[in-house]
Amino acid sequence: MSTPQPLAHAPQFDDPTQQRTAAVLGMWAFLVTEVLFFGVLFAGYAVCRWRFPDAFAAGSRHTDLPMGAIETGVLLASSCAAALALRDVQLGGRRAATRLLVLTAALGATFLVMHGFEYTDEYREGLVPGLRYTQDGPLAGKMEFFFYLYFAITGLHSVHVLVGVVLMLVMALRNARGRFRATYFTPVELAALYWHLVDIVWIFVFPLVYLVGRAG
Amino acid sequence: MRIPESTGSYARDNYLSQGRPGLRGWLLTHDHKRVAILYALAITGFFALGAVAAALVRLTLVQPDSQWISPETYDKSFTFHGIVMVWFFLIPSIPNTLGNFLLPLMIGARDVAFPRLNLFSWYLFMLGGLFTIATLLLGGVDTGWTFYTPFSTMFSNTHVIMAAAGVFVSGFASIVSGMNFIVTVHTMRAPGMRWFRLPLFVWAIYATSVVMMLATPVLAMTLLLIALERLAGVGIFDPALGGDPVLFQHFFWFYSHPAVYIMVLPAMGVTSELICCGVRRRVFGYRFMAWSMLGIAFIGFLVWGHHMFVAGQSMYASIAFSLLSFAVAVPSAIKVFNWLATMYKGVIDFHAPMLYALGFVGLFTLGGLTGLFLAAVALDVSLTDTYFVVAHFHYIMVGGAVMAYLGGIHFWWPKITGRLYSEPLARFAAILMFVGFNVTFFPQYVLGYLGMPRRYHDYPPPFQALNVVSSAGAAILAVAYLLPLWYLGRSLWRGASAGPNPWHATGLEWTTPSPPPHDNFPEPPVVERGPYDYRDP
Ligand SMILES: [Cu+2]
Repeated sequence: MSTPQPLAHAPQFDDPTQQRTAAVLGMWAFLVTEVLFFGVLFAGYAVCRWRFPDAFAAGSRHTDLPMGAIETGVLLASSCAAALALRDVQLGGRRAATRLLVLTAALGATFLVMHGFEYTDEYREGLVPGLRYTQDGPLAGKMEFFFYLYFAITGLHSVHVLVGVVLMLVMALRNARGRFRATYFTPVELAALYWHLVDIVWIFVFPLVYLVGRAG
Repeated sequence: MRIPESTGSYARDNYLSQGRPGLRGWLLTHDHKRVAILYALAITGFFALGAVAAALVRLTLVQPDSQWISPETYDKSFTFHGIVMVWFFLIPSIPNTLGNFLLPLMIGARDVAFPRLNLFSWYLFMLGGLFTIATLLLGGVDTGWTFYTPFSTMFSNTHVIMAAAGVFVSGFASIVSGMNFIVTVHTMRAPGMRWFRLPLFVWAIYATSVVMMLATPVLAMTLLLIALERLAGVGIFDPALGGDPVLFQHFFWFYSHPAVYIMVLPAMGVTSELICCGVRRRVFGYRFMAWSMLGIAFIGFLVWGHHMFVAGQSMYASIAFSLLSFAVAVPSAIKVFNWLATMYKGVIDFHAPMLYALGFVGLFTLGGLTGLFLAAVALDVSLTDTYFVVAHFHYIMVGGAVMAYLGGIHFWWPKITGRLYSEPLARFAAILMFVGFNVTFFPQYVLGYLGMPRRYHDYPPPFQALNVVSSAGAAILAVAYLLPLWYLGRSLWRGASAGPNPWHATGLEWTTPSPPPHDNFPEPPVVERGPYDYRDP
């Protein structure tokens, strides 16, 4: 562990405050692009669901609701852990923060494993368009759109979770080495922002994929 | 006062001589000025490739039933021309070269907010370019630059995925640059550089960056869906299963209409700077000019449906999109009238950059007005997919954006290189370009009006005369594009030293030596007045 150095900043900035402002604004800008990126898939979902409501309800009934609900809980808990980790870094609680960052990553990994099980089940049931789609019946054709979008949306989301897990582990490692302190925590803040976005996307995915059509 | 004139000696300690020497110093640079030059070299190369493809098209169209290249090769030529010129020249042209070089200088910063990301953007761009060239080497792609479904997903046997990957990757270069510029303008302004003291070029790059950031992710995702649909054999654009190919067009134009403003807003910014300097006056209606750029960027997001008037879109949607497209003309017209008012009864100096700027105003006006023809639903039904459309967007993109890009390159050349080029040759090239451009593209308005469809290898013999004129014009245009390469290149060795401010222009970039030092300013600047502090003579 090193003694705390005076706050450094990159040469293009005048002071650490300017650097922090720029970094946080840049992260928010990035999150906006992510929203638009996912937005295309949600728009595609909206159009197809509006055109084929019955097929989408039928597709929804093929998904694993308990699994999806637990995954939602796991992700929400991980977001909470990320927020607490940031708070601990800001308050100077390094060891607690490291533990919480590792917990965030572990919960993210749990989510990925659970989703992996879901994908395996769906493959076995023949619900994967392009690879193994063995449904028949009057709604099977249109239901393929549901599963196409399901795999596109959750697949892309899982890639984001994976990136987040790696990011959180890197943050945990750097925090354990004493890189962050009460006056310098920008990278942790940015990683937490990213993690919350990934969480929020799932908050939209869960009802659209798992809940829609179950009531009717 | 004769301008441009040498206003001092060549600054020995500049961004070219400072910093790490050699190739590594360039390929690993974090200096926004060097990244700008990397981008400029790359897009010049892509422009040449795109121009060769255009030459193939124009040579084929000299005869009504040319056997010179096959229809398949013809399709691949115009597709390659479109993809390269749109994504590998026009989109990055002004923002990533002049924007990169000038934005920090104009706001009084040492660099952009994220210099490493800036270099990363160039590498993404080059990787995308590599995919595109690989597509060409593997045999090309024949979908047109618009990748319309279901042809691109179900029927085309060419390298669609590779081509889409190229555009996808270069799209991220665009997103990254847009984010970088937005953050730079927000956080890196020098003391005293208030928002309404920003030069209009900065406003233009800012508005462009917003469009880049908000539109490009949609294109990226849409291209990903095209690739996925080709790989999986099913997808939401597939009409055989009951999917909706027009949905693709909605997504595509949600990006690609605003992309027109990615090309033309920076051109408007350059033109504003050039005209103020050419007539040595403050711009007329500064705040209107700034707000109209943001207005264009905003309304530009609401008009994409005018590309689908005949694609089976509902009539009411078409009427709404038509009216919104007319609305975009209002802020555009504000700009044209304000440029004219800036010059009204002024003493205009017809130096080369000013000639390019005047060319821009004229050609943009013609391109914009014919855009109104096409935005009118009833007219568009007969004009759609004809050469009228081709002429319209070339007036905006080549007549407008390329003229402004070259005008800007000429204007800031002394700042970038520290050298003066040959003014008489530059004026000659500017006039030749204007003439060559009109000879090439004006006949295409007439051809389109007469009903010649675009994208066909053959055409009825009565259309031949105008096609020959158009191809001859393209030859003139080619000469006009080659000339600057020669005299600008020559000025690097033979040019007189420019000194800090050869145009006696205002703006922070002219207060620092030419070429600027690595840190941009010898002393951190403090801003006390607005951007166009010209005194009327
Ligand atoms: Cu449009």
